[in-house]
Amino acid sequence: MSALVASRPNSAPSSPGRGTTRRSAASRLSWLRRWVSPLAIVLVWQLLSDAGVIPEDKIASPAQIGATAWQLTKDGTLGDATLVSVQRVLAGFAVGAVIGLVLAVVAGVSRIGEDTVDPPMQMLRTLPHFGLIPLFIVWMGIGEAPKIALIAMGVAFPLYLNTFSGIRSIDRRMTEAAVTMGLTRRQRLRHVVIPGALPQALVGLRQSLGVAWLSLIVAETVSADSGLGYMINHAREFLQTDVIVVGLAVYSILGLATDSLVRLIERRALAWRS
Amino acid sequence: MALLTTRPKTGPNGSESRRSVGDTVAEVRGHHRSFGSTHVLRGADLTVRRGEFVALLGRSGSGKSTLLRSLAGLDPSPKGEVSVTGRTSVAFQEPRLLPWRTVERNVELALLNTVRDASRSEKVRGALAEVSLTEKTDVWPGSLSGGQAQRVSLARALVSEPDLLLLDEPFSALDALTRIEMHALVTQLWERHQPAILLVTHDVDEAIALADRVLVLDQGRIAREWQVPLRRTSRSPEHHQIAQLRDEVLGALGVTPTNAHHQETGAA
Repeated sequence: MSALVASRPNSAPSSPGRGTTRRSAASRLSWLRRWVSPLAIVLVWQLLSDAGVIPEDKIASPAQIGATAWQLTKDGTLGDATLVSVQRVLAGFAVGAVIGLVLAVVAGVSRIGEDTVDPPMQMLRTLPHFGLIPLFIVWMGIGEAPKIALIAMGVAFPLYLNTFSGIRSIDRRMTEAAVTMGLTRRQRLRHVVIPGALPQALVGLRQSLGVAWLSLIVAETVSADSGLGYMINHAREFLQTDVIVVGLAVYSILGLATDSLVRLIERRALAWRS
Repeated sequence: MALLTTRPKTGPNGSESRRSVGDTVAEVRGHHRSFGSTHVLRGADLTVRRGEFVALLGRSGSGKSTLLRSLAGLDPSPKGEVSVTGRTSVAFQEPRLLPWRTVERNVELALLNTVRDASRSEKVRGALAEVSLTEKTDVWPGSLSGGQAQRVSLARALVSEPDLLLLDEPFSALDALTRIEMHALVTQLWERHQPAILLVTHDVDEAIALADRVLVLDQGRIAREWQVPLRRTSRSPEHHQIAQLRDEVLGALGVTPTNAHHQETGAA
């Protein structure tokens, strides 16, 4: 699961000038060097599989996994399963994000809002939300609803907590300056509060997307009749370790993709911090 | 004549009301303010006339910032105690620029409710030119020096063409050389635009060099008041009238003056 919370690479901007070509060549070399050990591991894995040291019913060989991935892609199984899973995450994320952000703004901009919203949120956040699965099944059965609820629950809290603290950390003196410029409450929200809370809110977004994928995997593993989780569970019954690995790889890729998306948004929206 | 008891809504008729009012831009009458059991202002009286440059001095905790905040509409005051006519703007001790807006867009924010979208940019550029920061329009505030940021803050305060400009120790965080440049800049901008200025400071020499009138706030009310003699360009610290005024002001602030005229006031 570590792929879902990939660490931020040190993206040092290459400065323009004469030394650029040589420096970027050097950095390309070090980039290549970082691929040597992963490729070596895959190569050893393949050799051990070929020699029969690693049994296929424990884990398939890289070549076998590659072939299966190609096969599953060609016959549409993988695409359909991925689509179903992505839709679940989108639905759950949308519900959770709206709840988290609205509550954060309500709690962030008014004292009464904070006193009303924050105590229950602080209490609920200590609940391990996966522990709620039995209750969700009792309430909603085993269809789509409990899965989406689980994802929404996982998304709402990190977004709420980060956005709320982002709003609270805004320098009061900025807001005061806006008052002296005659800005209305709504204008202050738009020009001071929201942009001021954005860096912290984006941290919350990254966390919440990580939790969203994690929640999806747990929900689909508990029960599913479609999606990536179903594909993986189905493969387990037939000891198809190659299919299981393909499913896991897709989970990782999806997690990485959303994470890079947020990083892209951060680079664009927080350019002023560099 | 519309005397507004609260901070005026700077609406489209702002400039109209400016022309129709009389001689006074700010009037404080018997203003009281306490925080808990501490009485900061005990019946302060203050009148600021149109186009006048007033310096307000006082020791720490004398209530001078509280008085400025009342005039800025940042502190609730009982009806009738504080009234300001026309447009007010404030430059604070810290520049208070929004770090996520470029210099230009920071200044522009002061025109959000008063100037049409189309003509904002021109006014903003004009204001930045007046503080000699034309080349910094598209820069993030985080990359400005302290003096540059404070000049942006001044441009932002002046771009809305205020009737009353409130300056809350705007030079105290700057180094000595930058402060001298800022004194000259403020004088120049004041002469060109003629807003009334209330400068809150703890620096006696600064007050005497810049203002028409110097006030000392003590025990929650205006204790002493002087008209500053001579034209600004002739106010050398060696001039006997200036030296005498300096001693008197320091005395009112509870500092025993010595013969050394260039020392710090110590009344921070």
